[in-house]
Amino acid sequence: MYDREQLKEQAAKALDKKAPLGPDIDLMGFRTTSESYEYLSDEELKTLPDEEVQRLLLAGVDVTEEGRGGTFFQKDTSVIHCESKQEGIEVIPIRQALEKHDWIRDYYWKLASVDADKYTAAAETNLHNGYVIRALPGAKSIYPIQACLYINTNGLQQNVHNIIIAEEDSELHVITGCSTSPHSKKGAHVGISEFYIKKNAKLSFTMIHNWAEDMVVRPRSVAQVEAGGLFLNNYVCMKPCRTLQMYPTTHLVGENAVARLNSIIVGSPGSEYDVGGRVYLKKPGTRAEIVARTISNGGRIISRGHLIGEVPEIKAHLECKGLIIKGGLIYAVPELEGHVDGVEMSHEAAVGKIAQEEICYLMSRGLTEDEAVATIVRGFLSVDVPGLPPQLKAEIDKAIEMSEKDVM
Amino acid sequence: MLLIEDLQVELAGRTILKHIDLEIKPGETHVLFGPNGSGKTSLLMTIVGYPQYKVTGGKIVFKGVDITYAPIDERARLGIGMSYQRPPTIHGLKTRQMVQICARSDVDVEGLARKVNFENFLDRDVNAGFSGGEIKRSELLQLMSQGADLMLFDEPESGVDIENIALVGETIARLLEKECSATATKSRLQVRRDRTKMGLIITHTGHILDYVAVDKGQLLFNGVMSCSTNPREIFRCISEVGYEECVRCTIENS
Ligand SMILES: Nc1ncnc2c1ncn2[C@@H]1O[C@H](COP(=O)(O)OP(=O)(O)OP(=O)(O)O)[C@@H](O)[C@H]1O
Ligand SMILES: [Mg+2]
Repeated sequence: MYDREQLKEQAAKALDKKAPLGPDIDLMGFRTTSESYEYLSDEELKTLPDEEVQRLLLAGVDVTEEGRGGTFFQKDTSVIHCESKQEGIEVIPIRQALEKHDWIRDYYWKLASVDADKYTAAAETNLHNGYVIRALPGAKSIYPIQACLYINTNGLQQNVHNIIIAEEDSELHVITGCSTSPHSKKGAHVGISEFYIKKNAKLSFTMIHNWAEDMVVRPRSVAQVEAGGLFLNNYVCMKPCRTLQMYPTTHLVGENAVARLNSIIVGSPGSEYDVGGRVYLKKPGTRAEIVARTISNGGRIISRGHLIGEVPEIKAHLECKGLIIKGGLIYAVPELEGHVDGVEMSHEAAVGKIAQEEICYLMSRGLTEDEAVATIVRGFLSVDVPGLPPQLKAEIDKAIEMSEKDVM
Repeated sequence: MLLIEDLQVELAGRTILKHIDLEIKPGETHVLFGPNGSGKTSLLMTIVGYPQYKVTGGKIVFKGVDITYAPIDERARLGIGMSYQRPPTIHGLKTRQMVQICARSDVDVEGLARKVNFENFLDRDVNAGFSGGEIKRSELLQLMSQGADLMLFDEPESGVDIENIALVGETIARLLEKECSATATKSRLQVRRDRTKMGLIITHTGHILDYVAVDKGQLLFNGVMSCSTNPREIFRCISEVGYEECVRCTIENS
């Protein structure tokens, strides 16, 4: 068993360390314990109350497990379901992995730093749980694994740590939904994620957030992609939450490694988002693309992107597009950093309103003004993700569609 | 029927159309000539209902309804459709979806697209990177799906290559119910009489006249319109003596 003594010491020193970005949160205002919930069988999972099932569906989690290769479900601090239905794909609660598997030491806090800020420190000091999803060498997942992090108790701070490993030549698809129960309005979610994409492996990771108005969200993630690997990261957040700040980082450490980060964020009134993506291109032939689509209908959104080209023969592009439809603020901060000759890096940033000409064009085909606006917004949000299985694309489209009525 | 009476229109604070009279009866198609910048597109946009074209006088009546100040979508639903000269791109909206939107119900998108040789473009965003000729075909496809009663065509043949010009011409003729071959139950004359679709086609080249039987020609010059019953005659006159002379003689003859 891994006693993590040194990590705990480092964490203790960082418990009050403010994060460089996002409003500082007093974590003392949240409770860190909850009642524990019983493990549910496949059958029992299907009997969850309908209102919960609907909340989960909004976050891309389907309790019938139809079209899913496995499920991890954590409610508050308890893992209530954890199972893989596919050979070669493992799903393990992280606390169990820390107890039973020595190999976890090669991954746990190896990309993210435990003392980065008070949130990473809290996740180590009081780790509730989280998942380890691992595709063994050469394993190809047909259906995505779904993972759900659910906050049931009002006022809870949920601390999770996730590790995803795509071993050499494997292919893994994960969809993670984060949601609160219909009754829980306030809470904090601290989520550490570490992604390992090994040689020629492919990982698609789609995260859908479906929080409540008074939630504080602080994900911390770092990915590492080896030679020939592909990392597709999609993020969708269309529901309000008080403050969300994250700046996931990807390191392309092997030749020809590729990362594509897409995010879709809708900022509702009273919400504040500071979201970005950062990619280090460290080997020749690596490529990165960051595409962000943000809509503000009264919220504040800071949309960041940072590409760092350290060697020649890399190619990277950043696209931040924002649409303000009902007031609010969008602050796009695209950054490019080329360190040597021979890098090819570009960015495109635009913040605007819906063009009247487009609305009129659609109205002249018979749509009402509201329908025209909705159609244009839907188009704006529909980002093609090359390499994403159609089923996951459909999940994203569904999440967008189900949230759309709140946007208009 | 479309009836425009003494219409005056302002754009960005400038009067661009004045004393416009126009009457298109059911089954009729008119062509509209006029030099660049004379206000042809503006007239069509005003009929469609673009709010930046401010009507400062006169009225527009369609099917007996005064639509002078009606919103665009109301006019569309009443049966007015337009093939644009320069439509905007709508990112993320596939042409296929646009054709469905136009139909307002289920429609055989592929089948319609085949008629204008446009199947390969259905999964592209509306107008995104379409060439000049492709835009025309896309616009016609949308009109076919929309099924309007009054169709306004803004330079449908400009930028279209020699092979596609026949396709475009024939498609417009079909949209305007111009093919008047006798059917089992109706004589040619009856088919012609039963025709209800109305058209207004802007053209510089007059090529469209080779494909579509046109009832009247209109000439817009200096914001004023003059009308003739013989479109070919107007076209010949413009080619020979220019727009200005031609306006003078049509006015004198009317
Ligand atoms: N947004 C605008 N602001 C000011 N003037 C405008 C604007 N849009 C068009 N105009 C002007 O209105 C006039 C009429 O333009 P319109 O597009 O109707 O001409 P047209 O007859 O269709 O020309 P063409 O044959 O070149 O298509 C032109 O002088 C044009 O420059
Ligand atoms: Mg024009």
